[in-house]
Amino acid sequence: MAIDIGQFVQTFFDESLEGLDVMEAGLLALSPGAADLEQINTIFRAAHSIKGGSGTFGFSEVTGFTHAMETLLDKMREGSLVVTAETVNTLLESVDCLREMLVSLREKADIDDAQAENLRIRLLSLLEQKETATGAAKEESAAPSLTSPAAEIIGWRIEFLPHPQLMHSGNDPVRIFRELSTLGELTAQADCSCLPRLAEMNPEDCYLSWQLELHSDASHEAVAEVFAWVEDECELHIEPLAAPMPATPPKAQEAAASADKPEAPTASTDETRQGELVLERRKIGDRRQNERRASAAAADSGSIRVSIDKVDSVINLVGELVTTQSMLGALGADFEMSRLDKLHEALDQLDRNTRDLQEHVMRIRMLPVSSVFSRFSRIVHDVSGKLGKQVELIINGEQTEIDKTVIEKIGDPLVHLVRNSLDHGLEPPEERLRQDKPETGKIMLDAYHKSGSIFIEVGDDGRGLDREALLRKGLENGLLKPGEDYSDEQIYELIFHPGLSTAKQISDVSGRGVGMDVVRRNIQDVGGNIQIASERGHGTKITICLPLTLAILDGQLVTVGQDCYIIPLLSIIESVQARNEMINRVAGKNELFRFRGEHLPVVRLYELFGAQGAVTDLEKGLLVVVEADGRQVGLFVDDLLGQQQVSIKSLEKNFRRVPGIAGATILGDGRVGLILDISGLIRINPAM
Amino acid sequence: METRTTDLAPVGKRSPQREAVAENLQYLTFNLAGESYGVDILKVQEIRGWMPVTKVPNAPVFIRGVMNLRGAIVPVVDLRLRFGLESVEYTKTTVVIVVTVHADQGDRVIGMVVDGVSDVLNINNASDIKEAPNFGSSVSTEFINGLVALDSGMVMLLDVDRLLSVEEMFSLETIRNSNARAIAHAS
Repeated sequence: MAIDIGQFVQTFFDESLEGLDVMEAGLLALSPGAADLEQINTIFRAAHSIKGGSGTFGFSEVTGFTHAMETLLDKMREGSLVVTAETVNTLLESVDCLREMLVSLREKADIDDAQAENLRIRLLSLLEQKETATGAAKEESAAPSLTSPAAEIIGWRIEFLPHPQLMHSGNDPVRIFRELSTLGELTAQADCSCLPRLAEMNPEDCYLSWQLELHSDASHEAVAEVFAWVEDECELHIEPLAAPMPATPPKAQEAAASADKPEAPTASTDETRQGELVLERRKIGDRRQNERRASAAAADSGSIRVSIDKVDSVINLVGELVTTQSMLGALGADFEMSRLDKLHEALDQLDRNTRDLQEHVMRIRMLPVSSVFSRFSRIVHDVSGKLGKQVELIINGEQTEIDKTVIEKIGDPLVHLVRNSLDHGLEPPEERLRQDKPETGKIMLDAYHKSGSIFIEVGDDGRGLDREALLRKGLENGLLKPGEDYSDEQIYELIFHPGLSTAKQISDVSGRGVGMDVVRRNIQDVGGNIQIASERGHGTKITICLPLTLAILDGQLVTVGQDCYIIPLLSIIESVQARNEMINRVAGKNELFRFRGEHLPVVRLYELFGAQGAVTDLEKGLLVVVEADGRQVGLFVDDLLGQQQVSIKSLEKNFRRVPGIAGATILGDGRVGLILDISGLIRINPAM
Repeated sequence: METRTTDLAPVGKRSPQREAVAENLQYLTFNLAGESYGVDILKVQEIRGWMPVTKVPNAPVFIRGVMNLRGAIVPVVDLRLRFGLESVEYTKTTVVIVVTVHADQGDRVIGMVVDGVSDVLNINNASDIKEAPNFGSSVSTEFINGLVALDSGMVMLLDVDRLLSVEEMFSLETIRNSNARAIAHAS
């Protein structure tokens, strides 16, 4: 019976990538010097699962690499290796490297062997360092010494005497040997002397024992690690094989040499630091490319994990729907007018069922925002280290759920915002101390539901936006007119303008003035908007408001002449009947109307859309006060029809994007209705 | 050489090697302002009667709007207006031919309003298709793939990929608009 393991490969990738996230989160939580054993155990388990899985699927590169990581982690677990910032960083890099390897494997692309090998050697050198440090008692422990004990050992002689019940627990010596052979050249000699006669033999017992010789520069621990699963079920003796010649094995030398290279920058001469940055940037670029490739592929075979209770609730609702349907069927079979009430009742129930069902089906697409937030610990860790700032990341509401498509779209913009906060927002520690602020800066990430939308906040307690500098920049670029009075919002708005950066120095992290416009566009693409609040010296808070889902919205149907449009209910504040005394005309043209003490511009929809036969007298129609991007306008329409949930269909698929229109939908009578894009309308409105 | 047939049955039997053989080409012919046009039958998805559509704001005048084609939103182009001909009242014979238009962004589905469909034209010999001469018709020749002469008249074979390319329709409109504005300015 052959099982096609190919069908599980995708699961392996999914699980391994999840495992990597676990490792990353765990590593970031490790505090150097005083590591939490439970954390290390979690990381170790994740690494071990990846190693096991990759072995099963024959991804030997991954197995070998993970093995090195695992060995190091094991040392940390035992407490024989102190957790330092360096080990954590190397492990984090290894996690990245492993992720790239997995992605490449999934894409069936080539693996960057050189990088993996380089890192693997660094991992091993960390191990050796430790051995030098403990073995040779504080003798210049920093550099990986060529005379470390590991370098003299050319391999290991292993005596492996399994207990008879070894195989009962599912262990297989052959697998162990295969794994050993990934460490180096392996010769095995089986001892069959204990084999009983065939008649007395229990086929499930193990009667053999082995003498193994492994020629490898692997450490004792690395070898012992292979036997970790069976150490209680066998007798194991591992002895070093003495080198026949005292010469340094070339491999170790090479290892040490290449181990030197990546460590050089930590020697912190400025030139090498620069080099590191360039290298780092390139690496980030590469990784982005990989991620993009990964996401492109993920779109093809996209899958999401759904908790069982979500599925159960959908099944329950389908059950209710079936009941309603049979009720309606029975009513319809012999209908008479006296049962009209019952029919209405049943239709109401159907309405409720459909709505519930739809809501629950939508929830299947929802993912907790933690999947985006989790990567920020890493970014904050990396960037704050690079900038020499002390940063505390505070995350709230990471269980808030958002549509999967939205999550994918907001990941990059959020990264950009957090980087901005780190780089521009937070001051260096000395400056903070001068301003009587705590030395450690804060970055706040918060996600929450409010009135049918999802809000994500990125805040910091840094220096805040420099109103004056922005104003100056705006005047320089001709975006603002001199002599006019601008509100804070109008000035902060400038940071979304392409090509405007007030960062005094362009750094690796941000400040090239590209980005904020892209951030805003990305967010607008998913129907959201972005707002800034800032206080000089106290910090900046950027709030992103996103729709709960992209596929369905509650809409208000309105008529304009012959045409029927849908206004998203969320953007409607109120509908009012205008009276002439509420209307003011500016320069005889632009109309404003007074609404709750404010003057809002009137947008005549029929003018904007060139509709025929519409009501033109403001008193005869209705003004729908809508809000988008923090601005309110009164949309002038003929009349309001009903409210309806509409599923959004793409207009672009067969046609093109139409300014002011977010999409289309099929109305109850089968005709097409166009959904208004409020922020788009405000943008194209010439009166603004 | 009359090869017309009123029998629609062969339409279903499309030879998969049609391209390679380059013979037995089939075109759906339709009338527009008294002239006969043909469109490759493999491009045609369906023919439906005229139904009111939903207007799209600020679209070129020849885009009548969008319709619901079994849940998909499909733009509808009035071919008379597209060719710059004068528009007429839609009648019972007015139909929408739904065609698949190949574009760089992927295939689009677009409906075109014509005066009425007439027939399926079988062309057994590719050499029967003549190159379009530069004739003074109301149709500029760039959308015409070729001509077929029949006893009853001439059929112009349309290149719908170009004719109904959304990008081209919008650029055309902008040109026309700017022309109109220039004229208005001059007068």
